[in-house]
Amino acid sequence: MDLNLTLFGQMITFALFVWFTKRFVWPVLIKAINDREAKIADGLAAAERGHHELDLSQERAKELLRDAKAKAIDVVEQAHKQATHILEEARLEARTLALRMVSVAEEDIVQAKLAAKMALQKELGVMVVKGAERILKQNISGAINDRLISDLIAEVGVSE
Amino acid sequence: MSNETLDSSQYVHHHLTNLPWTHAFLQKKLGDFGVLNLDTLIMSFILGSAILLLFYFLARRATSGVPSKLQNFVEILFEFIQKQVKETFQGSNPLIAPLALTIFVWILLMNLMDLIPVDLFSILLGKVGVPYWRMVPTTDLNVTFAMSLSVFILILYYSVKEKGALGFAKELLMHPFPYIWMAPINLPLSIIHELAKPVSLALRLFGNLFSGEVIFILIALFPIWWLQWVLGLPWAIFHILIIFIQAFIFTILTIVYLSLAHESHE
Repeated sequence: MDLNLTLFGQMITFALFVWFTKRFVWPVLIKAINDREAKIADGLAAAERGHHELDLSQERAKELLRDAKAKAIDVVEQAHKQATHILEEARLEARTLALRMVSVAEEDIVQAKLAAKMALQKELGVMVVKGAERILKQNISGAINDRLISDLIAEVGVSE
Repeated sequence: MSNETLDSSQYVHHHLTNLPWTHAFLQKKLGDFGVLNLDTLIMSFILGSAILLLFYFLARRATSGVPSKLQNFVEILFEFIQKQVKETFQGSNPLIAPLALTIFVWILLMNLMDLIPVDLFSILLGKVGVPYWRMVPTTDLNVTFAMSLSVFILILYYSVKEKGALGFAKELLMHPFPYIWMAPINLPLSIIHELAKPVSLALRLFGNLFSGEVIFILIALFPIWWLQWVLGLPWAIFHILIIFIQAFIFTILTIVYLSLAHESHE
């Protein structure tokens, strides 16, 4: 019941315990607690940031999609336009080519006609002269004959 | 009844007697003061080192990642103490929190011994030849005064360290009446004020636990067996409250006193 030497024994024990706690126990565990607190705070901040970033990227993705759609429509339209253009050009080219071919053919026809006419004229002349010669064989000399024929030919050529 | 050879008063006396050890030299020099209460010293040391070693091994394996259940529990205790210190103690002193933690867990464990049936260990140890054994160290004035006097020494140390010898002297002389001519009245008042701190700390804890223990002993004396439950159980449940409250009060008052020692009253 009374105070005795135990008092000092207990004081020494107490001092040892406090020293031990301060040296080996308290700082270590408090550090673990504080570290975890910091870690959790960081994690929460990161989660918040991640959330925000997700929102942003979703927004961006939407925007990109919208842009892509618009661009696709543009591309299709342009392709359409170009196709029409090409078709138009091809049509034009074909038409000029056809025209040119027609004109060449026409020229050929004219040439052929001319050549045929010339041949016909010559033949006709010969035939006329032959006919006339046969008719005139009896009465007119050869010299007058030749002159008549060439006059005739010239006349035919002029009349052409 | 534990021991048929004792009558009631002997039984009570037996349960309130510490296991003494002394040396002829100490006895001669110090008289009754030269005695060591072995049961008190051993019990308090075992309890204190058990909990501190547990803390130590937990601290070595402590992780800032996901804590084990035990670490989690201990951390709750640590944060509870840290919160009390932060709320009460204004300055920054790395000693206060570990001191408060040590006081709290140590007193709590020593108080908890009160819930062990009063006869259990005295009978068991009696069988191996130990004549006296008190399980609850906080029912020994030496324990409570050892802690409160240690705290008192810290109070004086930090008062002088933080305020300077002159500042502390001025505080003693100028309070509660702020006139120097009142110093002859202030000084005794201040001294009583300061001395009341360790005395009240020690006696409050001792008184609560000692009276609790006495009541447990008296309940154990009832001859009707079922009265042990009818009286013992409610008292034990009520005592759990006292055990925690007393440990808490001692801790909080220690923090408050040391906080006062750090701040000037100007």
